[in-house]
Amino acid sequence: MTSPTVAVIRTESRLFARERLSLFWVVLFPSLLLGVLGLIPSFREDSADLGGRSMIDLYVPVTVLLSMIMAAIMTMPPTLTGYRESGVLRRLGTTPARPASILLGQVLVHAVAVAASSVIVTALGRLVFATPLPESLVGYVVAYVLALAVSLGIGSAITAVSPNAKAGQVIGMVVFFPSMFTAGVYVPVEVLSGTARDIISFTPYGAASNALNDAASGAFPQLVDLAVMGGWAVVLYLIAVRAFRWE
Amino acid sequence: MNGLRKTYGDKVAVDEITLSVHEGEIFGILGPNGAGKSTTVESIAGLRVGDRGRIRVHGIDPWTDRAALTEVLGVQLQEAKLQAKITVQEALELWSAFYADPEPWAPLAERLGLGTHLRQRFENLSGGQQQRLSVALALIGRPRVVVLDELTTGLDPRARREVWDLVRDVRDRGVTVLLVTHSMEEAQALCDRIAIVDAGRIRALDTPAGLIDAASAATITTFETSVAVDLTSLRELDGVTAAHSENGTVTVEGGEGVALALIEALRTQGVTPLRLRVAAGSLDAAYLDLTDTSPDTHAMEALR
Repeated sequence: MTSPTVAVIRTESRLFARERLSLFWVVLFPSLLLGVLGLIPSFREDSADLGGRSMIDLYVPVTVLLSMIMAAIMTMPPTLTGYRESGVLRRLGTTPARPASILLGQVLVHAVAVAASSVIVTALGRLVFATPLPESLVGYVVAYVLALAVSLGIGSAITAVSPNAKAGQVIGMVVFFPSMFTAGVYVPVEVLSGTARDIISFTPYGAASNALNDAASGAFPQLVDLAVMGGWAVVLYLIAVRAFRWE
Repeated sequence: MNGLRKTYGDKVAVDEITLSVHEGEIFGILGPNGAGKSTTVESIAGLRVGDRGRIRVHGIDPWTDRAALTEVLGVQLQEAKLQAKITVQEALELWSAFYADPEPWAPLAERLGLGTHLRQRFENLSGGQQQRLSVALALIGRPRVVVLDELTTGLDPRARREVWDLVRDVRDRGVTVLLVTHSMEEAQALCDRIAIVDAGRIRALDTPAGLIDAASAATITTFETSVAVDLTSLRELDGVTAAHSENGTVTVEGGEGVALALIEALRTQGVTPLRLRVAAGSLDAAYLDLTDTSPDTHAMEALR
């Protein structure tokens, strides 16, 4: 890594720290949601239907995915389409710093914010609602990294195919709600069964949800779920790389 | 630059532009909006690749070797902004980190009147301050050539003059300046040579004085008179391109030497000119001559 790249990444981290709205949605909102749901007494009771787990147990991985959705779909694409539209990328292209470094910086900053959010959510669940920590740590990390990769892939693809910031917002919204649903924000995926569950399992966040839940309850995630996430990630990054324009 | 041509779809933005800029001069590219100025400089900066032609900047091909180009070429782009929440100081420090031997940013910021705005965010700067920051960033890497696109747009007259002084200083340090502008005043004040570009072609290329001399109104002579003057006979004088009278003030435009011929003619007509003034024509007239809708005849003359 050359030093201009480091300088760009450092600047992007500073700038991200100034985006209060982004910080709220990515870092605070998932914990807030978990806290509010935890106030519902029935959510804290273990249920035989859920394999001896409580609803709040299921919502820990859901809120982890929620922060990924917020970062990758709600905050990263508008920042990058904005940079393209206002000429930041073009301007950087005239310096020895490669404009790709600013994309890398944004991806890294958002990944770090998501990781911070995940730690807070997990700690909150553990300390306040006594949710168990993931039993298969290795499985959880593998599922987590893949889920994060596929999320940033979605964000990159949205950035790449949007001709301008306005279009980016519209596409972002169109992707946002199905993502929320398949990640289980409205109803945890574990609660669903039958055909609906099968279909959801083929979406990036459906598969992520399955994999995180498996790992949380001690099993290594099923290969099919990991494969679904990996497949989506490859497709999305191909789209992003092929469609991306600097101006 | 040799035979640069660039089209967007059916539209020809730049059509066979050939020019060479000498080391250490301020070279102006002047023309109306949409003339192809920005496309030309963006091609020089390596941001666009021409359909045809060849460009070399200190021997570097901007289209294939952008990394090497960025070390010798500083660019201030028209309407290219920075991140909204970056402060002036952060931008200067960031750009300093891009180069091995950057110019110290603090004195540079001071000279560009940004010294008291270092903590201000880009989004809160006025248009003129954003412009000056952009100029500072273009200079920070000690470039040998600097491209300034619409340099003083949005600056107040005092700020403009300060930026002009800075540009002259930069040139005096041996840096070649390529200045893109649609301001006649700016081109006349700063440039050693000017290329007038219209519809993707060079209409004229000369020093400011040379362009003015070649124009139809190189000198403008005015005088007042209480008696009627035979304008028709004045128009027939050698070198006169226009003569008109308004509220007792007569204005005669033409090439060099017109003033003497005019005074001679007035004496034979028995007219005594009052408040006689002879002024050099401005670049405006030359420019309008060259960029009007049927430019070919004038342009060909000016090119010689």
